[in-house]
Amino acid sequence: MVAGTLAASPSFAAGPWPDSFAAEPWPGVRASWRRTLAVPSTASVDAPGTSRQWHFLDNAGDVAATGMEPAGTLLCVHGNPTWSYLWRTFLAGATSPAVLAAGGPWRVIAVDQLDMGFSERTGTFRRLEDRITDLSDLTAALGLAGPVVTAGHDWGGLISLGWATRHRGQLAGVVLTNTAVHPAGFSLPPALKLALHPAVHKWGTTTSAAFLRVTHGLAQPALAPAVRDAFMAPYRTALRRAGVGNFVADIPADPSHPSWAALDSVASGIRTLGVPALMMWGPKDPVFSDRYLRDLLGRLPQADVHRFEGASHLVQEDRDTAAPAFDWLAKNVIGGAFDGRTAGPANASRPGPGPGGRAASPASASRPGSDAEPFRPMLAELDSRRDDHSTAIVDMVPAAGSAPYAGRPAGPASGGTGGESNPGFQSVSWAQLARDVDDLAAGLADLGVRRGDRVSLLVPPGITLTTLIYACLRLGAVMVVADAGLGTRGMSRAIRGAGPAFLIGIERALAGARLHNWPGVRVSAGDFTPATDAAKRRLLGVAATVPELLANGRVLRLSEAAPAFEPAQPDEDAAVLFTSGSTGPAKGVVYTQRRLAAMRDTLKATYKLEAGTALVAGFAPFALLGPALGATSVTPDMDVTAPRTLTAAALADAAAAINATVVFASPAALVNVVATAAQLTATHTAALSGVDLVLSAGAPLGEPLLAKVQELAPRAALHTPYGMTEALPVTDISLAGIREAGAGNGVCVGVPVSGASVAIAPVNPDGSVDPVPTTDAEVTGEILVRAPHVKERYDRLWITQEHSTSIPGWHRSGDVGHLDAEGRLWVEGRMAHILATADGVRTPVAGELTAEQVPGVARAAVVGVGPAGAQVAVAVVETTPPAKRSGLAGPALAAQLRAAASGVGLELAAVLAIDAMPTDIRHNSKVDRAALAAWASRMLAGQKAGRP
Amino acid sequence: MSTPARDRVLVTGTSGLLGRAVAQLLHDRGYTVRSLQRSVVHDPWESVRGSVADPDVAARAVAGVGAVVHLAAKVSFAGEWTEFVATNIVGTRQLVAAAKHAGVRDFVFVSSPSVAHFGASIAGAGAGTADPSRARGFYARSKAAAEELALAEDSPGFRVAAIRPHIVWGPGDTQLVERVVERARAGRLPLLDGGRALIDSTYVNNAAEAIVRGLERMEHAHGQALVVTNGEPRPVGELIAGICAAAGVPAPAFSVPGWLARGAGSVIERAWTAAGTRGWVHDEPPMTRFLAEQLSTAHWFDQRHTRAVLDWTPSVSIDEGLARLAEYYRGRS
Repeated sequence: MVAGTLAASPSFAAGPWPDSFAAEPWPGVRASWRRTLAVPSTASVDAPGTSRQWHFLDNAGDVAATGMEPAGTLLCVHGNPTWSYLWRTFLAGATSPAVLAAGGPWRVIAVDQLDMGFSERTGTFRRLEDRITDLSDLTAALGLAGPVVTAGHDWGGLISLGWATRHRGQLAGVVLTNTAVHPAGFSLPPALKLALHPAVHKWGTTTSAAFLRVTHGLAQPALAPAVRDAFMAPYRTALRRAGVGNFVADIPADPSHPSWAALDSVASGIRTLGVPALMMWGPKDPVFSDRYLRDLLGRLPQADVHRFEGASHLVQEDRDTAAPAFDWLAKNVIGGAFDGRTAGPANASRPGPGPGGRAASPASASRPGSDAEPFRPMLAELDSRRDDHSTAIVDMVPAAGSAPYAGRPAGPASGGTGGESNPGFQSVSWAQLARDVDDLAAGLADLGVRRGDRVSLLVPPGITLTTLIYACLRLGAVMVVADAGLGTRGMSRAIRGAGPAFLIGIERALAGARLHNWPGVRVSAGDFTPATDAAKRRLLGVAATVPELLANGRVLRLSEAAPAFEPAQPDEDAAVLFTSGSTGPAKGVVYTQRRLAAMRDTLKATYKLEAGTALVAGFAPFALLGPALGATSVTPDMDVTAPRTLTAAALADAAAAINATVVFASPAALVNVVATAAQLTATHTAALSGVDLVLSAGAPLGEPLLAKVQELAPRAALHTPYGMTEALPVTDISLAGIREAGAGNGVCVGVPVSGASVAIAPVNPDGSVDPVPTTDAEVTGEILVRAPHVKERYDRLWITQEHSTSIPGWHRSGDVGHLDAEGRLWVEGRMAHILATADGVRTPVAGELTAEQVPGVARAAVVGVGPAGAQVAVAVVETTPPAKRSGLAGPALAAQLRAAASGVGLELAAVLAIDAMPTDIRHNSKVDRAALAAWASRMLAGQKAGRP
Repeated sequence: MSTPARDRVLVTGTSGLLGRAVAQLLHDRGYTVRSLQRSVVHDPWESVRGSVADPDVAARAVAGVGAVVHLAAKVSFAGEWTEFVATNIVGTRQLVAAAKHAGVRDFVFVSSPSVAHFGASIAGAGAGTADPSRARGFYARSKAAAEELALAEDSPGFRVAAIRPHIVWGPGDTQLVERVVERARAGRLPLLDGGRALIDSTYVNNAAEAIVRGLERMEHAHGQALVVTNGEPRPVGELIAGICAAAGVPAPAFSVPGWLARGAGSVIERAWTAAGTRGWVHDEPPMTRFLAEQLSTAHWFDQRHTRAVLDWTPSVSIDEGLARLAEYYRGRS
């Protein structure tokens, strides 16, 4: 293998290297990092006495220059077909001021594996076992002492973990990016299967540079040409690419493969590593997709996870992964964690409830302490009413519609009278519901749903959904609720991100699951008609139906073959809900049993919702709480994906069905109710006059609209809570309170609800936040929330979670506002929407409210254009009639808006008219100001503006 | 030679709108003003007639003054490069040399933000460094070179500051206002890309105040280039509409794509220059690439540093300025 040996000799190897004396031989790489070392090989593929020439990047010089002791060593292993270049940001970031302040520098060693990068071309075929030995040989030759954290990408992840299993005494943590340890149970990804096919393997990986080019092409956004060149640099000729081909050929596709045993040993060995783990993932990876992340989470359940939505295979290129990695190291590995190097302690100190990227802040002061009220499970109310035959839930169904809940006869509910337009309804009693929940739980358990398993529920509100929800709570399964309001793309992202083991849905949802390849064993919410049953089961890939599971569970329970259900553990995960996605991709929000129960208790205490309350559930998140509150609930006849479809008659029919005392509705629904009020009959009016509380939740509702709602429900107290998916509700205000507060800078949302507190983190003139909470009046800043019902954590978004809890004891809402002298909270918009002008920080809401008073303006948004600290305010308006072409508003309108904004202290640089604002799908009310600001910037720079 | 009096100030280029405003403001504030311009004027202050490019004139002009405010320049969107060199570069070098030689203490070079505008949009940026090799058009390049050489002379004994007012306008302005009004009146004024580029501008009184502040705050300002604006960026279409309304002429009713104007501007500019050298035309070309860029790309600035250094804020808002412009035109009609 003369050629191979030559390739490693400095004289030859210098060929493809750029000028060795250059400060940056490749973009982002310091010349001082480059090292070579001759290492005695103990790999079985090499004859005894063989020495191999390694090339690697090492920041030892940078570390020495800091004069500080390194916190440890980060050993970075690339995959195929990249090289140590992939880890350059880790080398650069390891001695940054932030890292030094957080506990000292890290020594980072990023290796070029043999036959790869600028290491020796050995002319051998090195298998997984050899590569793990190679890496161990190198660290031995380097005399690497002290704590080591491994980092691996692609197949380098597997090799780095192999090293980890052989160096447990030294191992302090593992970092993984888009990798996999075991294809067992999974088939190999199609792309890899193709690469392994003998017909294409040699050509695709070695003869041509196709495999390299395809891999480099995965970057999101595309790599800069100079970076692409750097990735290609060690692999310019077929001779230098031999390792790339061999690497692919060493992927063990089945147990007959020579490397299968080594793979198996690593994959099982990591279960007992007992060290902190961080996984950073690009979900758009066509090869190492979310399924491998889930597999890894099963093996390393203590792992913290961050999924970078939109990032792909080369996640280190797509996003800043180095800074979060060092932040994570400082919080999880430095100082203590390394002491618990034996398997067990690190796990034991991390009471994570199974897979999912637990929050790393157990000190979160918003966690209800043991001194709080004793935990009352979500099922307590239902369990106490097993013998109660009064109505628990009513579904309003269109006369012509098919029953979504098969096997249940439609009939009048106990309390309902039914108006002339009443299309009919179905109901269940408390006793029936309690029994069905247990039956379904038993049926689900028999299907294989286990405690901690995630179950995606794609079922509209109503009896079936409620039964499913409480069956999940009974089982300790984690419900994943991604509502159709996210849109198909948003839902796809949400479901993939949460990675449910089971997916239960109506037919349309199952079709979507099939089409978009959503994860999870599929279960149909309803039965199919006998004629289509077999075909649809096959077509949709359905394992069972809910009626089947109910029946099966019933039989199992009657024959006492069903296992007893363990009571819910308060700090186990209970639900994953999703933010609306109006500010970027929807985020998963995890609630534990305790926090869900706290949400129930908060609503109960704030709105005096006693048993006997009858509520119309027109707002999804609260709909699930009816049985927990002991309230009879009814879902009105509406398209839940479009709140605007709720009519006044449908609302009144639903109210009549249960003699409703409380109405929960979204603002969009109430807008339509007011608009269709003319269709109400005398019976309707009577039903609505029995309502004594109307709650409008979702987005702030203006006083004029509330006044119209008051006309429809004259006896009702009108309340509009403020909250977010992460904390629902936070504050509350009544119509009277809104009138009393009057106009001001922002929307007055009232005072904190029972058990909640609110504070402000003042915002600095440059838009940054002062992390010192205050409750002083008239201080504008980020709204901070503390309550027992605040989310447990964001799901698989470690970085986001760290940010949200970075002010100890508080949840950072991302909203901006202030408190007034009466302790009322005023919301002024989103933190991301504040304007950092030369005259200081301005918030957009007051300007928008006043702009919307100008005749001809339908909706207004104020955005900042320009760099933080020097931004100018720009108003973007929807006009009536709508503008035909987006552009500068006419001079008259512009002058009026300028004057109006000036009245609230906001000087506008420009006024733009737009045909339609970008808004979220769920509420159609939250304007995407980030997109709008970017669009306004393009407009006002004279560039092609396109659509926001 | 006697020590120059600190309150004696030479102002060059006083035949222009801004130069005149600066001289008047200095005069009003009690400075002893001497002006240098090419035309005959009757002012309440001492006046020297001639060109800055003439060493003898320069020497006479700076004799006995403590400070110089240098505004004289060839300001045009077209013309031969040699003309810009002679007036803007050579003229400035002569005057700086003469001033140093005469023991002048402070020198304010009135420059232009275009010296650091390289064709891309500027949104909320600082002044930037003048670069004659990248600035667009002969005027900006020659001013960039002049600013460079003036600031290079900055020292504790001869303090130099560059003030760059951006798009100065006001009553009597022939550079911008008159051209806009004339062309709008003739229906020959298009907007580029609907006039949506956000631009800064400076009402003449504000620019004059900032320049005088540059002199008064020389201790802080010397060695620096400071962009001066009203700090109220506006879409260019809205500013032009405001000027047209003040003058009582119809606002531009048609729009041309920016890319087209930039392309056409290059062609027209070359044709006009060629025609000018043959004596066929004597006015400014209707469009140049530089002008098209100015009218179709954003250029507005972060004023925080300027205002802190000068300890100054503009006293006349754009709306107030437009009202004064309207009053001026009403008085003329």
